[in-house]
Amino acid sequence: MPAGDLVINLGPQHPSTHGVLHLVVTLNGETIRKVEPHLGYIHRSIEKMCESLSYRQFIYVTSRMDYLSSHINNHGCALCVEKGLQIEVPARARVIRVLMDELTRIASHVLWWGALAMDVGAITPFFHAFREREAINDIMEENCGARLTMNYMVPGGVMTDLHPNFHRRVHDFIRLFKSKIDEYDELVTDNVIFKARCQGIGYISAEDAISFGCSGPIARGSGVICDIRKLYPYEIYEKLNFEEIREPAGDAYARYLVRMKEMRQSLSIIEQLIDNIPEGDFQAKTKAVLKLPKGEFYSRVETARGEFGVYIISEGGTTPYRIKFRSPGYSNLNALDHMARGQKIGDLVSIMGSLDLVIPDIDR
Amino acid sequence: MDVMQNKGEPKPFPGQVHQTPGGGFLTGTLDEVIGWARSNSLWPLVFGTSCCAIEMMSTASAKYDWSRFGFEVARATPRQADVIIIAGTIVNKMAPVLKRLFDQMADPKYVIAMGACATSGGPFFYNTYSVVKGADHVIPVDVYVAGCPPRPEALLHALITLQEKIRMGGKRERIEIDGTQRSKS
Amino acid sequence: MALKDQNHNYPHLRYQMLNDELKIVLAEIYPAGIIEEGGQWLVDNISPGDWHPFALRLRQTEQLSFDYLFCISCVDWKTHLSMVYHLSSTRDRHTLVIKSKLDRNNPVIDSVTDIWKTADFHEREAFEMFGVNFLNHPDLRKLILPDDWIGYPMRKDYEDPVNMIKL
Repeated sequence: MPAGDLVINLGPQHPSTHGVLHLVVTLNGETIRKVEPHLGYIHRSIEKMCESLSYRQFIYVTSRMDYLSSHINNHGCALCVEKGLQIEVPARARVIRVLMDELTRIASHVLWWGALAMDVGAITPFFHAFREREAINDIMEENCGARLTMNYMVPGGVMTDLHPNFHRRVHDFIRLFKSKIDEYDELVTDNVIFKARCQGIGYISAEDAISFGCSGPIARGSGVICDIRKLYPYEIYEKLNFEEIREPAGDAYARYLVRMKEMRQSLSIIEQLIDNIPEGDFQAKTKAVLKLPKGEFYSRVETARGEFGVYIISEGGTTPYRIKFRSPGYSNLNALDHMARGQKIGDLVSIMGSLDLVIPDIDR
Repeated sequence: MDVMQNKGEPKPFPGQVHQTPGGGFLTGTLDEVIGWARSNSLWPLVFGTSCCAIEMMSTASAKYDWSRFGFEVARATPRQADVIIIAGTIVNKMAPVLKRLFDQMADPKYVIAMGACATSGGPFFYNTYSVVKGADHVIPVDVYVAGCPPRPEALLHALITLQEKIRMGGKRERIEIDGTQRSKS
Repeated sequence: MALKDQNHNYPHLRYQMLNDELKIVLAEIYPAGIIEEGGQWLVDNISPGDWHPFALRLRQTEQLSFDYLFCISCVDWKTHLSMVYHLSSTRDRHTLVIKSKLDRNNPVIDSVTDIWKTADFHEREAFEMFGVNFLNHPDLRKLILPDDWIGYPMRKDYEDPVNMIKL
């Protein structure tokens, strides 16, 4: 290490690491020379635990991995099991699943927005974000029973039918959110201080993003086409009218814009679906004890952070032989060192905020 | 024999502080004032490991708002914090960090174990090799909150219970929920 | 709900190679590979010593251009270990699965960190969980487990009576 370099520890207990991430940063003055993440402070050995849980049981534990997109994680697991068992999900269940996914995506992006603004220095958007999240949490609580870790998706459909108030509440939410998202743009997006902190920071090119395995808003912020809802459509996404948002700039501000526009796209998907929910079953008939045939199955969904993949290797029993969760944060974190070299230590916080990391998703 | 009849005065244990007979007026009132002051301005430490941290943030936000109860400022450094709310699972790698944070806090300090994971390991109790089955294996806990994650109202109930416990003198005895048997102070 | 033509935004999706064409190209590059069909994607079984040159050709051959390595896993089949690599091409959207059997007592395979940078973290995790040694990895050490952990937890014969409470 050249003379004059200082090694500091950021975390594991730190207000802006979004969880327990330990970064060992090598600085020269205020310029970053190297960032080395140390993981494992929330490693709950989920993959080993799932080898002893049945196919209906292991879905709850993925809610707790990326807890901000818990519905979407459960959705990915249910899709994998259905792929193995060749179950046909009824149309009503598909629409309900997509509705829940998009609501969760909005909730996750809203919290990301509040947390990023708080890291950059503005405390007020944090409270605005949680106020909107409470509206979505109320919808989830009335319908699914829980606010944060809803165990609503099962192999074959959803667990219970929609609550009678769901329709009215979602319409109220759409009306509320349309005005709020314009407020967010007014408050933060065009703010000159925010732009100075985020533009030109944390640049990653498209080839590097692909090589690092980045997905989701990080790759789309560099111009890569990678929205799983468009490329490998699942459920009813091919019938919906929405755009994949891409920005060419590749810096933290581009990633910010991608997520803000994605919120608007999710809102338009909810608007398209809420009045067109077909009648029918909410769950396909399945056996009580599920046994996947021998083989391997991979399913992928687009969470708020990127591509979440579930890879199940089954030997024909009631519990999986090996499950591997391809979590989006693990690959996105790999790119942090590349993005942060040469920047100042204050920029590290904006870069981490724009990466939108959820550490339990990384450590599993 | 009925269990309720067996309850009596708690037996004295070594190191227990005994009330001085009769002469406790000044110190007794002072104790009450100090207990009231301490309980109404507990500053929590920013410490959240996993999902319960989001519910903790919701409790801090505008709808549930714990700052009405005195938990106004959440300090990032343990030197200035009074209460540590363990929100999330504690794993083997994190346990020494938690112990160090607790040691760095100045007395009087209190601990709330929020959620099923901090209470007993929670959903990660069986077949995991890296989870500490309950944060009280690492540091002494004052209040346990059940839930996965607990609702913000449940966390507020825990905070209010902690405040009552401090007002009672802070001894580590059970406070019952129905309000009949309070710990003697 | 409006039906929308997805492909007009993604003209390159039409270049997606079918499994038969992929098989021909793979057989040219690596004739010793055993190709399996029937699952979700084409699977190519290779021997661990040939992995690095084969991977380089997968990345650089113009027709294939596999540039997105999205999942690296290691599986413990009680008699041997195996590494599974899921590769995909962002330009042409074909997907390939590479599997390689490793000896349980001395699992060694080439590292592909210089070809796909995402392999850095994934290989470190496979190293600490299963004990696989990756040759030429820039920095092979524990990532997720504490530094003084003994044993390879994800192996099927891992016993830990102190920490693991069995149901």
